[in-house]
This record gives sequence, structure tokens and C-alpha cells, in this order.
Amino acid sequence: MREPLIYEISSPGRAGVNLPECDVPATPLPKEYLREDLPLPEVSEVDLVRHYVRLSQLNYAVDTGFYPLGSCTMKYNPKVNEEAAKLPGFVQTHPYQPPDTIQGNLFLMYQLQEFLKEISGFASVSLQPAAGAHGELAGVLMIRAYHESRGDHKRTRMLIPDSAHGTNPASTTMAGYETVKISSDARGNVDLEELRAHCDDTVAGLMLTNPNTLGLFDEHVQEIARLVHECGGLLYGDGANLNAIMGIVKPAALGFDVMHFNLHKTFSTPHGGGGPGAGPVGANEVLAPFLPGPIVVKERVEEEPASDEEWEEEEMYYYHWQMPPSSIGRLKAFYGNFAVCIKAYTYIRMLGAAGLREVSENAVLNANYLLSRLKGVYPLPYNRTCMHEFVLSGRLPDAPDVHTIDIAKRLMDFGFHPPTIYFPLIVPEALMIEPTETESKETLDAFADALIQIAQEAKTNPELLHSAPHLAPVARLDEVLAARQPVLQCLK
Amino acid sequence: MVEYAKDRRYLPTHEWVKLEGEEAIAGISDYAQHELSDVVYVELPEVGETFAQNEVFATVESVKAASDVYMPMSGEILAINEDLEDSPQLVNEDPFGRGWFIRFRPSKPEEYDSLLDAEAYERHCREEAEKGG
Repeated sequence: MREPLIYEISSPGRAGVNLPECDVPATPLPKEYLREDLPLPEVSEVDLVRHYVRLSQLNYAVDTGFYPLGSCTMKYNPKVNEEAAKLPGFVQTHPYQPPDTIQGNLFLMYQLQEFLKEISGFASVSLQPAAGAHGELAGVLMIRAYHESRGDHKRTRMLIPDSAHGTNPASTTMAGYETVKISSDARGNVDLEELRAHCDDTVAGLMLTNPNTLGLFDEHVQEIARLVHECGGLLYGDGANLNAIMGIVKPAALGFDVMHFNLHKTFSTPHGGGGPGAGPVGANEVLAPFLPGPIVVKERVEEEPASDEEWEEEEMYYYHWQMPPSSIGRLKAFYGNFAVCIKAYTYIRMLGAAGLREVSENAVLNANYLLSRLKGVYPLPYNRTCMHEFVLSGRLPDAPDVHTIDIAKRLMDFGFHPPTIYFPLIVPEALMIEPTETESKETLDAFADALIQIAQEAKTNPELLHSAPHLAPVARLDEVLAARQPVLQCLK
Repeated sequence: MVEYAKDRRYLPTHEWVKLEGEEAIAGISDYAQHELSDVVYVELPEVGETFAQNEVFATVESVKAASDVYMPMSGEILAINEDLEDSPQLVNEDPFGRGWFIRFRPSKPEEYDSLLDAEAYERHCREEAEKGG
């Protein structure tokens, strides 16, 4: 059943509230402020509540079903994270409070910085950036500040593999650099020959995602780091795919100089509508002084606490803000998305070091299980053991008229969120699938069964795919018309 | 059926250029518009801007993706196809004709010889399609 628009259930004169009689003289609003072209809907409270509750029930979310959106790491977000973030001691603090009165908050932020340092191998971490691409921008600005601090002004180019996230060239452009695309080779690694040809003293750095957006671990990552460093550039790590390698390898040890973390991917905090993201940045000794700030530091407290005997055995610390010495500055008001940091901290504490490693192992295992069930059915342009995700092509040999968009729409009829489609750009008709570690074998099998059945249908009944979805709240939307002639208001 | 117009030359990145005396016209190929699917927006340069060969001079957006468009030869922009603003579908309907992007004055006419002819470009597209699975 189609849910009507709020304007369609509006009835003239109907109201959700009865205002008490006015006890002051009525003064009409000045005429120039009244808009006759603004027809506000008039509905009763119960109709209003039902309308929005019904709309909320049409939502698809990690809490309602499998969400294999490639490169987004749509893992289940444990509810204990929300409980922790709601604790009164956190909720009732304000960023303008003096540090003495929020030692608990500062302790948590310090600990989270330390955890991220341990996971990544970097020397220092800033929790400032509010999202992944915000973290990328921070990293690129740090690279620029580093070169400029050395009086090296001729570096104007950032090298970016064609298997990178689209945010990489965007962040680079925002930071004032020119983007240079580096091709992938036949195994999906960075093409070393092409990279060598571009390495000179105009290179500011290279932005590498490892594993990359094909879900493949670049086998030459150390050689790439060497080439970039030898020409005086720095290696940026896009940490969006960190879920594949936690506890197994530290990005700093692979040669990365700076990297962002996506707390809303790897560390189970909600994406988008569930709350803001967070994109902390980690850096090695060379780039640490340029981190955005302030960051949290601790100091040993010398004097003994008053009389509590238990405290005497422990070292006492005072936590406070500090701006890194050559910081690129603040990227955001206050100190990052603190409530998101609480959730990521909770997640890390709940799992511990061994648990985090198991997360990555299971993320990779789940992806390879799905891949092994699907690779005979859909073309696999880069046929290798994958990491946490893999990229199939929706170009089925026996069904030339069927496109990836049709397969994705049909998947909705099976109750699944479609994977990322048409990305990465180097795979035509891409289907980018990331199951994450939180899914059971039964869920993975149900998803594989659906995709296998859809591949069958593509041959025997392609029309079923072209007109899909059939069971979603709305049928196939005209995305082309919506993009060419967007109507962005519902007023008559 | 994908067309490969023979009266012009191509970049491997799927742009075409056609010489008309001292001037030239450029756009994207039929193969490219097929791969992009329905074009919904084209961002074009300003008249008077100059670009080097292989430099990005425009962006074309489809429902699937936004793609850079590269300059087939160095030169100065003389005119842009203003019809594309309201009718981006011209790129799909008539990529070699009414879906043209720019008219420009080549500053290095010899660059034309380094471009792919229709036959070589068709071979390139076939190889690319096979690589994709």
C-alpha cells in the first residue's frame, strides 16, 4: 500500500492541538510576513503519529536486515554502545567545562587515542575530524604543511590509484593539489611501472587504500611506500578498509605516514542517520606535529591525593588539551564527535585485542565464503582471494540486456539491501559486496541463494529484473528523470 | 550497435575530435555514452579557457557515476554546446552530432596524428570490454 504524503491527508481546519484561549490582546502578524503560498498540512495528532510511524517502518537498516554495501562496513552496531554513550556522566557535560571537571571524558578520549595508536602503529592520533573524508582532508593538509615547513614548494601533485575511493581526489582537490591517476595492473595492484614514471620532486604523496576497493590487498605495498618516499613524497592511508586487517598488520609498519580511521565503519558506531561519523587521524613521528588539534595529553600528578589509601598505589594523572606544535589547526568546533568516540571506545573494550583480530578474520572469512559461492555464477574480473569485500560484474554472458542496476533492484524483493553498484569504476557493471563479520552463515547463504536465483532469472525471465522491485514500498523509480529534472519541493 | 565514426580521431579515454579547417569540435564517443548510460548533467568549460592535451576540460554525470572528460588536443575553447544544459540526453541520442561538447582552436595541430583512428579505437574498446569480464 502506498503511504500518502502528509499534504494528501491534510484536511482544512483540522489541528493536532487545542490551544488555550489567548489571555493577551490578539495582534495579527504583519502582512508582509504572511505567506499565502505556504500551505502547511492540517492533520490531527493521531494521523500525524501514524503517518510518521508508518514511514519509519518502511526504512531499511542494519537492525532490520543484511546490508552488504561494499566499502561501507555496515556491521551490526551493538546496543551496549548506545547505553554507554547515554550515561549521565557523559550526557550532562559540556565542552566549555574546565578540564578539571571532565577528567572522565578526557580519560576516555586519551584511551581511545591510545587504542587507535596500538591498532595502527602510529605515534599520535587526533580525534578531531568528524567523518572519513574530513580525516582525509586533515591528512592531505598535514602532508602539505610538512612539505611547506621544509621550504619545499614545488610539490603540487597527489598520486591516486584508480581503485581508490572517490573521496580521495575530492580531498586532494580541496587541499589545493592536482590529482594524478595511477592505473591498476592485471592483478588489481597499483601498476608499479606507471607509478615509477610519475615519481619525481613534484609529488606530494600517494593516497593508498589497502586493501583497495576491489577488496584486494596490494601485494607491493612496501615497494609502493619505498618509491613514494624515495622521491620525497609521503604515503597517505585511507583507513576505510581497516576492518580487514585489525590485529593482523599495522598500517604504520607497511610504510604509511598518516591514515584516517572510520569509527562508523570499523568500530561499529552508526552511519549517517544514526548519528554523525568520526574520522580520527593517526600519524607517524614525522607528521605527528602537524595533526589537527587539540588532542588529549596526560601529566603525572605529583602530590599525593588527600587520604584515600587505595589511590596511593596507583599513579595519578591529569588529562588536558594540547595543540600539536605545528598543528594544521582545528577542523571542527570543540573536540570531535565525542559521543561517537564513546561508542567506539566501548566497542574496543568489549572485544579486546584478541576480539578485534577475530573481527577482521571473520570479516575476511565471510567475504571469501560468499565469493566462493558466487564466483562461478557472476564474472569476477580480478580472480584472487579477497579480503573483507569483493567485486563481481553484473554483466552476465547469457543475459546481455540485464544490467547491474536490474540485479540490485531485484535483490530488494528478497529482503536484502543491494550491494554498492557501479563502483569501483575499473570494473564495468560492478557489484561490490562486503558482508562484514557480524553475519551468520545462514544469512550469507540466503543472500548467495538470492543472487544465484537472480542470475537464473536474468536468462529465463529478464523482464522480471527490468521491472523490479516488485515487493518494495515503491516500484522502480525513474532515477534519470529525477536527476535531469529534480523537483525539490512538494508545495503546489 | 556501437558506432565508431570514421571522420574523426579518438583518445583511449573515449573522447573524439573532428577537424574543421583551423578549428575542431570534440565530444565523447558512442561507446562512452553506452558505458555511462543515461547522461544527466554535463559541466562544460568557459569560452576562452585553454587546456593542454589530456587535461580535464569537462565532467559528465550519469546515474551511475561522474566522469572526467579529457582534452583530445591542446587548444583554446571557442564555443560550448549550450543545449546540453537543458538536454543532456543529446549526448546519449547523438554523441557524434548534436551531443558535441566544445568547439576549440587547436594550438598544436600535429597532436592529431598521435590520436587513434576509428579502427584502432574500436579495437581498444573491444579489448576494454573483454577485460571487464
